[in-house]
Amino acid sequence: MSATIAIRIDGRDVRVAAGISVAAAIAQAGVVATRRDVAGEPRAACCGMGVCFECRVRVDGEEALGCMARVAPGMEIVTDG
Amino acid sequence: MNYDAIIVGAGIVGCAIADALARAGLAVCVVERDTIGGAATAASMGHLVVLDDDPAELALSAYSCERWRALAAELPAASDFRATGTLWIARDAEELDEARRKQVRLAQAGIASEIVGGAALAALEPALRAGLAGGLRVPGDAIVYPPAAAAYLARRAAARGARFVTGVAVDALTGDGVALADGRTLRAPAVIVANGCAAPELVRCVPIRKRKGHLLITTRPPAGTAPLANHQLIELGYVKSAHGADGESVAFNVQPRPTGQILLGSTRQFDDTGSEVTPRLIARLLERGIEFLPDLARLSALRAWTGFRPTTPDHRPLIGRWPPRDGVWLACGHEGLGVTTALGTADLLAAQLLGRPLPFDAAPFDPARYAPEAATA
Repeated sequence: MSATIAIRIDGRDVRVAAGISVAAAIAQAGVVATRRDVAGEPRAACCGMGVCFECRVRVDGEEALGCMARVAPGMEIVTDG
Repeated sequence: MNYDAIIVGAGIVGCAIADALARAGLAVCVVERDTIGGAATAASMGHLVVLDDDPAELALSAYSCERWRALAAELPAASDFRATGTLWIARDAEELDEARRKQVRLAQAGIASEIVGGAALAALEPALRAGLAGGLRVPGDAIVYPPAAAAYLARRAAARGARFVTGVAVDALTGDGVALADGRTLRAPAVIVANGCAAPELVRCVPIRKRKGHLLITTRPPAGTAPLANHQLIELGYVKSAHGADGESVAFNVQPRPTGQILLGSTRQFDDTGSEVTPRLIARLLERGIEFLPDLARLSALRAWTGFRPTTPDHRPLIGRWPPRDGVWLACGHEGLGVTTALGTADLLAAQLLGRPLPFDAAPFDPARYAPEAATA
């Protein structure tokens, strides 16, 4: 069993495996959407390799790609889901 | 099949011509080798702007912008037409003098504009850096999403009977029509070559060169954030960049999209004919953008892409009959102004083809200026 770390997703304290991507942490936390498009439709991680930009979230206040960013202890992730 | 006119190319110029000719009752066929509005049209910014540095260009762009404003109410929402106006930015007193000369030239074509000082500029566009001298506001300019506008013109032409053949290239002009790559031939007494950078592939000696450009769009800012720009913002140095000699240039040219995204231009290169994005040019684009709009640095880039402007030696489009070949007409070579001038180009070409009164002087755009001498003698 790998080490876990504490982060916050949409204000909720969760523990996730260290070293996983933000997108994986969001999925593990049961949050379906990372953001909403112009029409208000929910969007989620798609390509997983930093190209499609569907997994945009705010990490510690800055916009980031969930699939490219790695979790870190105390990280604050805010989705638009 | 027999038509009255065949149009090669369904970019925004070809679509506008199809619309104008179908409206006049002609049987029209448009042949597009790729998709409608998919090349230079899709790559462009869609800034509907009156440019005044050449009297012919001023007449064409002023007429065309008026036509866009008249069309605006009809355009579907996806066309994203917005009457943002243009704000030409002067960094110093010398550039503000240039803004004043620009105002006089625009006024001569009936285009209203106002000089704004440094404080007024800051009030209109709070995100611009401090210390700019002022600028010239042209309220009649606008923005549009070009592929959607082209698709609308195509649909309107089709509703009036125009036929669109897409996904098939024209292999050759046959003298009485066109030969398609799939072996079919289409016949018409008039063939209008409106395929931009690809025109020299069909018509020998047409002097069109590809001039590469890079554009970049940011993600949307968080909800509730003030937009980074309200007008389309361009530095007054732009014209020097746009009409300068060969080589590479970058000018500050920013468009606020209706979503709050920022569309950032513009670069110009003659030497690079590959479509890949060049990181060095993107870096220069961003540096230039941040120099004027410091908060641009806080946004994320969503996409960057390139496109090619079909450029003629005198920077004027080729609109009219091509003397060396009977029945061949040109409507190409619009460089970076094809979206703006599509409607004026269509009106001019339709008037020429139908023998009707011309909307403005056609002589500066006459393709004969580049026809091989032996053929025109």
